[in-house]
Amino acid sequence: MAAEGDDLNAFVTRESIDPTGEGPLSGVRVAVKDNISTEGVRTTCGSNMLADYVPPYDATVVERLRAAGATIVGKTNMDEFGMGTTTETSAFGPTQNPTAPGRVPGGSSGGSAAAVAAGEADLALGTDTGGSIRCPAAFCGVVGIKPTYGLVSRYGLVAYANSLEQIGPIAPTVEEAAQLLEVLSGHDERDGTTREPEDGTDYASAADGDVDGLTVGVPTELLEGADKGIVETFWDALNDLEAQGAETVEVSLPSVETAVQAYYVIAMSEASSNLARFDGVRYGRSGGYDGNWNETFARSREEGFGAEVKRRVLLGTYALSAGYHDKYYAKAQDARAWVKRDFDETFAEVDVVASPTMPVPPFEMGESLDDPLQMYLADANTVPVNLANLPAISVPAGESDGLPVGLQLVAPAFGEHTLVRAGSALA
Amino acid sequence: MDRRVDDEEVRHVASLARVDLDDEEVELFAEQFADILEYFDALDEVPEVAHEGELDNVMRPDEVSEGLTQEEALQNAPETEDGFFKGPKVG
Repeated sequence: MAAEGDDLNAFVTRESIDPTGEGPLSGVRVAVKDNISTEGVRTTCGSNMLADYVPPYDATVVERLRAAGATIVGKTNMDEFGMGTTTETSAFGPTQNPTAPGRVPGGSSGGSAAAVAAGEADLALGTDTGGSIRCPAAFCGVVGIKPTYGLVSRYGLVAYANSLEQIGPIAPTVEEAAQLLEVLSGHDERDGTTREPEDGTDYASAADGDVDGLTVGVPTELLEGADKGIVETFWDALNDLEAQGAETVEVSLPSVETAVQAYYVIAMSEASSNLARFDGVRYGRSGGYDGNWNETFARSREEGFGAEVKRRVLLGTYALSAGYHDKYYAKAQDARAWVKRDFDETFAEVDVVASPTMPVPPFEMGESLDDPLQMYLADANTVPVNLANLPAISVPAGESDGLPVGLQLVAPAFGEHTLVRAGSALA
Repeated sequence: MDRRVDDEEVRHVASLARVDLDDEEVELFAEQFADILEYFDALDEVPEVAHEGELDNVMRPDEVSEGLTQEEALQNAPETEDGFFKGPKVG
């Protein structure tokens, strides 16, 4: 089902959407992840369930892009409903990694990162629930920013796990990512969780690469599980920052040891509730089956959802069900609060926290599909950021065995200026 | 506590979630869920942490504003009748 003339399969739908105004993005081609609503242009979330869904309105971020002069060039491929780390769970087939042929582009915003890396778009929007912007940015050798929770409006984003996810930019350089973030960010009355940051949203001017006096904390826990070659490339990049005046110190975040568990319990629980809306009546596939509401509903969802979505909806239902709520969901909320506290204490000592974005190089195509738990473990370094509602950036740090390696920097809430400043010293 | 997830348990959860599964999926999920739930057991060791009371409700005036038209809201429904969604029998 790959779109015509698209070797990478980075796009589910290629469609040019004109700007509505002129501004900083005039003449810039932007690709939009296919879980972000575009009026009149189908928005599939990488799912058969929404293969024909055409939103009647634009997401706030799409309105802002168009008003700033951007031309939207299409809707990018993604793991179904954002559930995956490789873009292989898409109902529209996998996307190729233009930087590492034969490898996955990462996920879930794999189409967006691949489109930018291949020059099929100048910039792209991704969404990040547990690393879905930073992972593909790292795997494709581009820059991705997961904004502070509440910086960018989620109005018009098809929800997967509301308490964790943010829309953010993917770009070839930190400065371009910062320019795009400027356009996206700020209060939106249609998303009550958004707010205007106190230091403003003038991010592009922070891309001056000035890291003199910056203190970088390196949590030992996030290096332990990483591949040797990746750790070496990571330290080379940190040495580069030190040569420019930054100081690195070892820090400890013991709570990250249960972050992946907490993340998956919370994300699956929220998903089981959010995806209940796909019933084949209001939207989604209707098989025209016989039987009552529940029977018809269950059959429409059997047909419309892929395996990973079913897995997460079922496990989320399980984690919230009578007798298990306290064991899984309540404990996951404790683990989340613990991660937040750990970061708060660490940021009393350091300006940013650094780690490899991904502990492993891009998987070979098909490698991780049979073992969901192994795929979840690859998110170890990215999910703590979403649990703590913090901003993070992934910048290219170099290569290991010819494959791209990403370096992740995390800052205190609404510390995007710091991330842009530090990141721009590297890319 | 027995962590092993059996086929019956998978079928029960699938019925709660309103997702039909074929026999092959039930068997595969039972095996995978056992692994994943065993991994989640590490949450038992998490200390009790005070949740910060840092969140405030943000209120806005309740004013009527323009939204989607009825036609727009119904445009993605597989079946409609007289301006309503049309679904199967509930009972």
